[in-house]
Amino acid sequence: MGIRTWWVVGIALIMALPVLVVASFVLEPFNDNWQHLLDNLLADYITNSLLLMLGVTVGVLSMGIICAWLTSTCEFPGRRALSWLLLLPLAIPAYIIAYTYTGILDFAGPVQSQLRDWFGWRYGDYWFPEIRSLTGAIAMLSLVLYPYVYMMSRAAFLEQSVAVLEASRTLGCTPFQGFQRVALPLARPAIITGLSLALMETLADYGTVQYFGVNTFTTGIFKSWYGLDDSVTAAQLSTLLLSFVVVLIFMERYSRRHARFHSTSNTENRGQRYKLKGWSAFWATFACVLPVLFGFIVPAVQLLYWTLNNADYALGSEFFSLVLNSLLLAIAAAFVAVSLALLLSYAKRLLKTPTVKASVAVASIGYAVPGTVIAVGVLLPFAWIDNTLDAWMRSTFDVSTGLLLSGTIFALIFAYTVRFLSVSVQAVDAGLSKIKPSMDDAGRSLGLSPFGVLRKIHLPLMKGTVLTALLLVFVDVLKELPATLILRPFNFNTLAVRSYEMASDERLADAGAPSLMIVLAGIIPVILLSRAIAQARPQGAKK
Amino acid sequence: MKFFTLTAIAGLLLASAVSVSADEKEVNLYSARKENLIKPLLEKFTTETGVKVNLVTGGADTLLKRLKSEGVNSPADLLITTDAGRLYRAKEAGVIRAVESDVLDKIVPTNLRDPESYWFGLSMRARPIFYVKGKVDPSELSTYEALNDDKWEGRVCIRSSSNIYNQSLVASMIASDGLEKTQEWANGFVKTFAQPPKGGDRDQIKAAAAGICDVAIANTYYYGGMLNSNDEEQIEAANKLAIFWPNQGENDRGVHVNVSGIAMTKAAKNVDNAKLLMEFLVGVEAQAFYAQVNNEYPVREGAESTETLKSWGEFKADELNLSVLGENNSDAVKLMDRAGWK
Repeated sequence: MGIRTWWVVGIALIMALPVLVVASFVLEPFNDNWQHLLDNLLADYITNSLLLMLGVTVGVLSMGIICAWLTSTCEFPGRRALSWLLLLPLAIPAYIIAYTYTGILDFAGPVQSQLRDWFGWRYGDYWFPEIRSLTGAIAMLSLVLYPYVYMMSRAAFLEQSVAVLEASRTLGCTPFQGFQRVALPLARPAIITGLSLALMETLADYGTVQYFGVNTFTTGIFKSWYGLDDSVTAAQLSTLLLSFVVVLIFMERYSRRHARFHSTSNTENRGQRYKLKGWSAFWATFACVLPVLFGFIVPAVQLLYWTLNNADYALGSEFFSLVLNSLLLAIAAAFVAVSLALLLSYAKRLLKTPTVKASVAVASIGYAVPGTVIAVGVLLPFAWIDNTLDAWMRSTFDVSTGLLLSGTIFALIFAYTVRFLSVSVQAVDAGLSKIKPSMDDAGRSLGLSPFGVLRKIHLPLMKGTVLTALLLVFVDVLKELPATLILRPFNFNTLAVRSYEMASDERLADAGAPSLMIVLAGIIPVILLSRAIAQARPQGAKK
Repeated sequence: MKFFTLTAIAGLLLASAVSVSADEKEVNLYSARKENLIKPLLEKFTTETGVKVNLVTGGADTLLKRLKSEGVNSPADLLITTDAGRLYRAKEAGVIRAVESDVLDKIVPTNLRDPESYWFGLSMRARPIFYVKGKVDPSELSTYEALNDDKWEGRVCIRSSSNIYNQSLVASMIASDGLEKTQEWANGFVKTFAQPPKGGDRDQIKAAAAGICDVAIANTYYYGGMLNSNDEEQIEAANKLAIFWPNQGENDRGVHVNVSGIAMTKAAKNVDNAKLLMEFLVGVEAQAFYAQVNNEYPVREGAESTETLKSWGEFKADELNLSVLGENNSDAVKLMDRAGWK
């Protein structure tokens, strides 16, 4: 292997390190707390986690795929605006949407109070869906996570060669059959990518389920750590969760082991969109408005209402620095994560080194465990390096270097990169897999270096994919909380930290302003990037 | 490439945003207390002494993890938590040190600090019983223990057993009644729940006000926060309830209390400044702040109280040494799990 290969292997291993650190606790002896968890809790927790996953799968797939199909292949009133509006729920942290809907829908909230006023009901007189329940958690998570599926499958639908669909029509398929039997199976890798991101985030969620009193597997992790003061068992439980994800991913890969999904060409002209008229146009608009309405507009209006009416806490002079910190972190992390994702995905394609492949796979599953756990996986090795170096410098040169990496912005960006590597790698992988290997060969035979192929052929072809990856990581970092909380330097706060501090102090109204700012800070890049993504497609100019 | 240039620029901007000046007079603080509930005090301290305070906030368990992994090189001089159990854990983990201070010894009551002076309580919070006025007569209430009586079936609101304040409450009951009796109590107590535990302390008070239950258990400062809120609905909800101080009988232990407290880290380098800040936080002015801003009870005798706190009346507090809460915490969690307290 050349020196460059070693570099790539090294980087891939470093990215996998935090997950490996967490997994290494399996080597520690299993203690009594396991027995306690098994006897009293785990069965319940696992059932809830599975039901939650099942519900979120149904939720994100139905919303994501339907809206993606409609906006990419049909023409109806509001299509252009809706195609980017549908991304906005991604900017709302799951626990924030949970708080807002609880405020609106719980017993003391405006909806039920109004109903009681109108009909003279009292508690117990009527049935109303309980928002703080498993169903409620499924609804909340689906509403903020469907954009993953929407984004990925929309990209896939847009890039599908229209010739294939037309062929299906000439063979007697109705438009719907063409969708069901051709477009959907062809988009499967992209849909699975979106779904797996949504499900991993579901498994990692703690804020929403805890607030709703739904005990999931993460409850077990935090109960062991916070309640029983046993971080070893917490790490072991996390590893169990990771193995579960590995098995799921493997099963999905195995089920399509013989299929390949390269597209025949990327310059194919997209035919006319189906022009929907009358009721079908109305229903199409309606179907795409619903997720935006409930996933974005309703919670944003509630946040705005709280901010204007009941907040004690006004965003003052610190406001500017909070926004700046959040934006800079998100931009830096997005670029670092996507650069690394490009490097690693491309290395996987080119070198086929098992170490790189395995490391990227290991690093990517870290998305399924709570951010706090992965953050500890970053904290421990950094502190170890710092302390070892310090001890060595002291004994050799009698100089103390202290902590060089721990508690720095560098550590924070590293943690984000690790945490969201899954998102960026999956997005980039999806883009790369669509480019036929014959393109690489053609490029090489015409005298391009491997890097030249990436720069001159792949990057232009998957500009949309790269921008998508940038956007996803950017928005995720903007709302990221657990790693920021545990790893940040002194006197450094972000919007997400401020919003969380207010909310966890049960001052929901005061959490409104910073949460709203996360959403606003997220909107502009969402609009800019989704425009750029649309234009980056070969056929973009003609739309 | 543009890509990398942008990354580098963002990195540089960030680095400049956080550069902590190499100030001689400073002290570094890890705080589980939220920034808006501690920052004003820290600013006052800086104005008075010229010592700059650098702050990181976060969850107590994660801050403790950070402290542990950073070891002797940790920049933190002080650790603040919002319950005594975590301070006990910090002591067990060997990351904090004993502090000799006549000021602290004199002002902080013995049961609200570590017997070996490893940590000190700064403000006290009580966890009494709240009842809906008109629905419950205070004479029906007596102790936490009596709440598992059949007559309360389906009438009590309390949050999840994952919450530290419930863990501390049960830990204090284990200390007083023993493990076995407390287990029996919890087995019956879960039957009194009006709904599966969910939400925070304010949600329990709101649920009671809305008619879901007749009795709720919550920390006093949440109730105070609702009474002094800008939100009419919260004030209205809080006004429907009143506080009942349980376990006040002559030979009884008193209402369960916990503290928000402070400790000096083993790795502390700014020892003198850290001690100065600890002593400042039990000063007259700082102690009044806890009452004013967060409706907490000052640990300092005679510190200025507020109308809200005074309106709740006097009560006898459990004088159990709070480090016992830490000792019993795991037992309390397991006990609640066995009882099926979600």
